[in-house]
Amino acid sequence: MKNTIAERIADFLKRFPPFDLVKKSDLLEIAKQVTITYLEKGKVIYEKDSPLQDHFYIIHKGAVVLIKGNYGSSEVIDKFDEGDVFGLRPLFAQENYAITSVTDEESILYGIPIELFRPLAAKNKNIGNYLIESFASHTENPFTKKHHLEFFSESTASVEASSNLFELQPIKYTKKIVTATPNTRIKTIAKIMDEHNIGSVIIEENDLPIGMITDKDLRKKVVTGLHTINESASKIMSSPVLCYPKNITIAQAQISMMKHQIGYLCITEDGTPNSKIVGLVSDHDIVLLQGNSPSVLMKAIQRSNNTKDLKRIRENITLLLRGYIKSNIPLTHTSKIIFELNDATIKRIIERCLEKMKEEPPVKFAWMSLGSQGRKEQLLQTDQDNAIVFENVSPDRLEDVRAYFLKLAKRVNKRLNTVGFEFCNADMMAKNPRWCLSLDEWKAQFTKWTTNTGNDEILLSSIFFDFDISYGDALLTNALAEHTLKITKNNSLFMSKLGTNALRSASPLGFFRQFLVESDGEYKDFFDIKKRGLMPLIDAARLLTLNYQIKTITNTGERFEKLAELVPENKELFLACSYSFKAILKFRTKHGLINNDDGRFIKLETMTKEEKLKLKRCFKTINNVQEYIKMRFNLGHLL
Amino acid sequence: MLSFFRRNKSKNTETPKSYYPDYWERYAALFDHEPELDLQTSRFVVLDTETTGFDYNIDRVLCIGAVEIVNRQINVSNTFETYIRQERFNEKTVEIHGILKHERIVTFSEDEAIQQFLEYVGNAIIVAHHARFDMTMINEMLKRKGLPVLKNKVLDTVNLYRATRIKSNFIQYDKPYTLDEIAENYILDVSDRHTAAGDALITALIFLKTTAILSNKKKLTLSKMFNL
Repeated sequence: MKNTIAERIADFLKRFPPFDLVKKSDLLEIAKQVTITYLEKGKVIYEKDSPLQDHFYIIHKGAVVLIKGNYGSSEVIDKFDEGDVFGLRPLFAQENYAITSVTDEESILYGIPIELFRPLAAKNKNIGNYLIESFASHTENPFTKKHHLEFFSESTASVEASSNLFELQPIKYTKKIVTATPNTRIKTIAKIMDEHNIGSVIIEENDLPIGMITDKDLRKKVVTGLHTINESASKIMSSPVLCYPKNITIAQAQISMMKHQIGYLCITEDGTPNSKIVGLVSDHDIVLLQGNSPSVLMKAIQRSNNTKDLKRIRENITLLLRGYIKSNIPLTHTSKIIFELNDATIKRIIERCLEKMKEEPPVKFAWMSLGSQGRKEQLLQTDQDNAIVFENVSPDRLEDVRAYFLKLAKRVNKRLNTVGFEFCNADMMAKNPRWCLSLDEWKAQFTKWTTNTGNDEILLSSIFFDFDISYGDALLTNALAEHTLKITKNNSLFMSKLGTNALRSASPLGFFRQFLVESDGEYKDFFDIKKRGLMPLIDAARLLTLNYQIKTITNTGERFEKLAELVPENKELFLACSYSFKAILKFRTKHGLINNDDGRFIKLETMTKEEKLKLKRCFKTINNVQEYIKMRFNLGHLL
Repeated sequence: MLSFFRRNKSKNTETPKSYYPDYWERYAALFDHEPELDLQTSRFVVLDTETTGFDYNIDRVLCIGAVEIVNRQINVSNTFETYIRQERFNEKTVEIHGILKHERIVTFSEDEAIQQFLEYVGNAIIVAHHARFDMTMINEMLKRKGLPVLKNKVLDTVNLYRATRIKSNFIQYDKPYTLDEIAENYILDVSDRHTAAGDALITALIFLKTTAILSNKKKLTLSKMFNL
């Protein structure tokens, strides 16, 4: 009987070791017995000391972390993603699980019955060798021996850079290598390097590395006039090539590069130039593995050539954030740096998507980030909210132009989701035709919201008025910002509605000065720090900046600081608001990092007494600014 | 009024037992006891049909694809994929599902397909995307054989997905979400779209995800999910 699903699973398995070594017919038999599991983020797959399951796993989608100890411990040993195999070694060793595996993202896993796989490994020498090699390659490092025994060498995906053992970890090398033959013309080599945006090409003959050409060779031997671009590669290549085995540690790789003053190492099957090339390590890769400094991350973002890299870089951004929060770096500084890195990530994704579009954009456009990223306050990874504004075009071209930008937006939105900015669940994204508009359409839209204002319009205004340009032509976003000020100036009806809205979430403290917790739903008895702590201040800042016609400042802290400057008689209040906002945001970020979520809902028991007192002081400021708004916009009678 | 009709209908279908073939009796007997409804332990059969078109009267089922979910796991070893020989042929839909009239796939008569399907589905809860269409198509097959309609409980992934969406005035609530739209939002691989089994698998993944969201975030029990 035909089995479409099994065939497709076999196609998937074939792409990844060790299944690439399995015969097609055997693979189909395995595929027919697979169980597919969907797991949400943070679910245990197997727990330390629990008895063996009858299958091991390959990740079809998502990511899995292995943690030392039981569920709840935060010591991550290793992390796997698509195509990685895990949980196999204990099945061969017939011992209970030594570690716990947990989904780090929502994941789809294929469970593969060991009973089907074991005979294959016994029968097929290649698979057997592969397994032995994989299990063994981690034993070299005495520190990680016990745990790393579990996995394949191929799968040592991301390395926790903060760990002390970092230098002793095996290197992660690039498997997608670009090679050329010795008689390729130098001009072609340079073109290849440019096309792939890489700094080196391996020159190979029958799969063996015989030389290497790097940027430096071109500079020293060609640009200086020693050789012409029409000569063959063999004339300028550095030879022989320094080769190393797969399991070289990061420290070894670094030392070798320094010693020989080179930026690249070739990885071969047995570590000599006489065996097959399997990969390449560059100094850039090593820096990336260590990379927790903002400048390194920034460079890595700009040089990244695929979404998977960007995803890895973003994980490092989170590590950086963790470090900043831990060492109590001022939040203004922290949020600026994280904003810049997020912004660069978004820019890079748009750049790459533009390259992939068949045509140039038909007219100028700007990509606007909305909500927390628009206000430069997005520290933890939350949803993406964005929109596109493009230049005005004649009505007959309008839909064609929109179609182009919608296509672009669809790609960008999808990739942003892949790197960790999840889809907005209210569809406030540029790929939604409602939010991909020409400048005039946007102006009309904003005007409509501010003249015929109901609750929906207030909500939309509060999201869309906080926009920040992430990519494209700033003239467009400037024109829109001007327009926003124009239509709100002297528009007292709209302003008083916006004011009422800013007061909608009343004081976070109850009558007896206890924290108000959610009364139902998933987060019953949790404290919603976004709704009750951050939103009132964000709303107040937006209202007052519109009122004082302050343009292009979207950050809540900065808005209050500007207000303090403009309205000296209320300086104290506004500075207190700015301070409180940052304190609450920092608090949220800290809790988000601890719980590996967006930090929005907080269990009261997890707060220390000191934290509670500090928050209560901040909330008092919220009361004060709300009182001020009530007076200023004459809202007392409405409430 | 409604209950009156329903009673009437059930009377009609209560023809003497011996009238139905054995395989139907075996199937029907499975429903003698109402099974407990539980998201973990209940058996779900997620199905999709490819048909010659959308007219319940003239169009026919060409293929039924289904996967089974027990304990929140899809067992590839127990999937269902049966192609059916049909006289009706519709050029327009061949473009969609790619099933030609004389393709070299093992095919079965409607009669055989019904038997296989009833045996496979048993008293499982049926899950499908826009379930009414697939259910009606299969029920029409049963009717042509003089059999009553399917007795299984049915869940529609469109309703499940809709219930996971936030209630917002910016989202059209009664939108008839297509499988493609949801797959795009959940970043599911759609390379097997428009094969019954491939669509069934996509639907099954959507089912697992939406029910996980509904039971965790909204604390919905399985029995509540039937009333969304």
